[in-house]
Amino acid sequence: MIPAIELIGIDKRFGTVHANKDVNLAIAPGSIHGIIGENGAGKSTLMSILFGFYHADKGEIRVKGKPVKIKSSSDAISMGIGMVHQHFMLVDPFTVLENVVLGAENGALIGPALDKARAELTRLAHEYELDVDPDALVGELPVGLQQRVEILKALFKGAETLILDEPTGVLTPDEADHLFRILGTLRDQGKTVILITHKLREIMAITDRVSVMRRGEMVATFETRKTSVEQLADAMVGRHVLLSVDKGKPNPGEVILDVRGLTWKDKKGVPRVDNVSFTVRKGEIVGIAGVSGNGQSELLDVISGIVKPTSGQVIFEGKDIGIMGDPAHVRAEGIAHVPEDRQHRGLIKEFDASESMILGWHHDEALGHGFRLDRAKVIARAKAEMETFDVRPPDPFLKSAKFSGGNQQKIILAREMLSNPDLLIVGQPTRGVDIGAIEFIHKRIIALRDQGKAILLVSVELDEIRSLSDRILVMFAGKIMGVRGPEADERELGLLMAGVVKDAA
Amino acid sequence: MDLYAEILASTIRMSVPLVLAALAGLWSERSGIVDIGLEGKMLAAAFIAASASAVYGSAWIGLFFAILVSVGLALVHGYASINQRGNQVVSGVAINMLAAGLAVVLGNTWFKEGGRTPSLPPEGRFLPLDIPGVAALADVPVLGFLAKVFLSHSIITYVAIILVVLTAWSLSRTRFGLRLRAVGENPHAVDTAGISVAGLRYRAVIIAGVLCGLAGAFISTSLSSSFVRDMTAGSGFMALAALIFANWRPWRALFACLLFGFLQASGNYLQGVSLGGVQIPVQFINMLPYVLTVVLLAGFIGKSIPPRASGIPYTKDR
Repeated sequence: MIPAIELIGIDKRFGTVHANKDVNLAIAPGSIHGIIGENGAGKSTLMSILFGFYHADKGEIRVKGKPVKIKSSSDAISMGIGMVHQHFMLVDPFTVLENVVLGAENGALIGPALDKARAELTRLAHEYELDVDPDALVGELPVGLQQRVEILKALFKGAETLILDEPTGVLTPDEADHLFRILGTLRDQGKTVILITHKLREIMAITDRVSVMRRGEMVATFETRKTSVEQLADAMVGRHVLLSVDKGKPNPGEVILDVRGLTWKDKKGVPRVDNVSFTVRKGEIVGIAGVSGNGQSELLDVISGIVKPTSGQVIFEGKDIGIMGDPAHVRAEGIAHVPEDRQHRGLIKEFDASESMILGWHHDEALGHGFRLDRAKVIARAKAEMETFDVRPPDPFLKSAKFSGGNQQKIILAREMLSNPDLLIVGQPTRGVDIGAIEFIHKRIIALRDQGKAILLVSVELDEIRSLSDRILVMFAGKIMGVRGPEADERELGLLMAGVVKDAA
Repeated sequence: MDLYAEILASTIRMSVPLVLAALAGLWSERSGIVDIGLEGKMLAAAFIAASASAVYGSAWIGLFFAILVSVGLALVHGYASINQRGNQVVSGVAINMLAAGLAVVLGNTWFKEGGRTPSLPPEGRFLPLDIPGVAALADVPVLGFLAKVFLSHSIITYVAIILVVLTAWSLSRTRFGLRLRAVGENPHAVDTAGISVAGLRYRAVIIAGVLCGLAGAFISTSLSSSFVRDMTAGSGFMALAALIFANWRPWRALFACLLFGFLQASGNYLQGVSLGGVQIPVQFINMLPYVLTVVLLAGFIGKSIPPRASGIPYTKDR
């Protein structure tokens, strides 16, 4: 059979970074083909080349067996290739129709194209379960529907091959299932789907074939039903990795953090954290699950002292720290915080690693007296922490921005964990972190728990929450929807995350 | 009655350069390019229009060169902001300073009248159109009043009104308008749809240049009969304020500009008026449009939402 898409010897460099090394890939028509790999493995670059966003330095692209030159996205579109980007390429103040028509107006006036798109959307909605109100403003739609608009855009422009880049990152498990159903229907109708992801579970659930990329190279291609999660993980990392987290029973002690009726309203008066109460005990990990944007970030901001609560209390070791509203004081009480957004809040990208490693602890008497900061001591500390946390490269003089996502996270974790806190707050500990580093970070978090420390974990990765937490709280629209043990099944948590069911208070 | 008719007619006249400049800003900013250099482009155009008109004795030749120079400056701004991804405010300010300085220096070199250009003969100006039959209406009640208000203008005034309609229509109904609005909100969406971001933005910037050229020529060859230094007197910034007040919408921009025009016009007619026995200093009345500018820009009236990508240079990587 002639492949729908064939990439032959694709090579691409960005300066010194060799993003794609002589990559070969053939995608069978009418199939779902997964491409999996760690961050920076070159998956997105490869697909951007196929979509005409970047140009390969070397290599050939064949569509339905014919060699083609793809110089821009419009070339790709005209060859029947559509792409749903990880960050949606939508114009928020436009209606769904206007977004679909953009770039496919077919004439100087847009009236006829809008009419045609309206009819076409009705048809596609029927055929593929892709219902969206054509007159809704895209910016006001939930992300799941925005993603449908992206798919509709591609189909409207006649896509035969659809590329999806990390499509489930922003979806609830239910929405992800719906997306997979849509992709299945598309395949059954003869379309070809390329799914880029780093989630092994999705690959196993939906793809027919899977290719693994590592450090810019295409290392293997498997028939999905003849492979296993373990085999794929090992191929991605290039060594054997433990996927399941090894964790003993928790040994919870006394309550150390007691959050009571906590509410925080934004400038518009909307409660983003809405009457939230829970406790965290010494020696346990409490995980907060939820789809991104349901108040978890705001909750972390309140507890870590970045903002003051509108009402309610945050009692830490018997003291109300909520009223402090000052992260420095909160830290001094023995709470360490690994922020969700490490690029902006966790470190200063322009700083040397050694400087980023003392942020927030720079008043430590061990680093110098009074106004003085003893550089030698700062660097010595950075070197020691880098060694303990296996930061690569272990260079305290390298700019923070130059480290990979996983190593930046290790820098922050080293700083916060080694301050010997009584409570560690961690937001998205492994977002954008490679599997190898994830394994390391998870082990560290559990080791801290086993020392009898309390940990409050927020993550949008449900698997991570389930494997690390001793208790799971689910947040939706600022409220705690329920509390479950780590054995709770995914479907049940998914429903709580979607706000479908709520425990009787 | 006559006084009212004159104030209203003057309101329309004073609004014309503001409307044209506001439309220029609208095209530019809806495409994502902040244009603080409206003032400079207008000033340069005003100077060139008066100079060329004085030399060649034709207002149309003056207008031609005004548009040419204004588009030239717009392209400089475009090159700095689109190709070089520079700071758009800095580039705009540079154009303002360049225009203000060069106009005086060149004017002095060419005409030796201390930066002024020679006074223009009637054929060198855009004078009120002589519409047949209007003169006969002068003494008819109502119709005579309306004729005085609406039919006593030069061709550029009517062109400006047509341009408002054209702008509103093409933004909402044409492919170019749709793409232009999209590129000002999310250029990534435009790029991935296979449309050139730079191409769209250059077209928008050129349109802004043409409109500022018209506005400048109107100031020196229709409102006035020669160029004097700094004669735009901040109307580029007033146009920007009107644009923000109008939330980047053409019809609302027209009305905001008419408000400014009215304040300017009444300033001219209210000199020496007293209120409750106290004579109001003329400076106070002339100040009103500027006070309004500050009030509008300080955001006291309503909330404005600028095009999301305006002022942000486009790069493929995010």
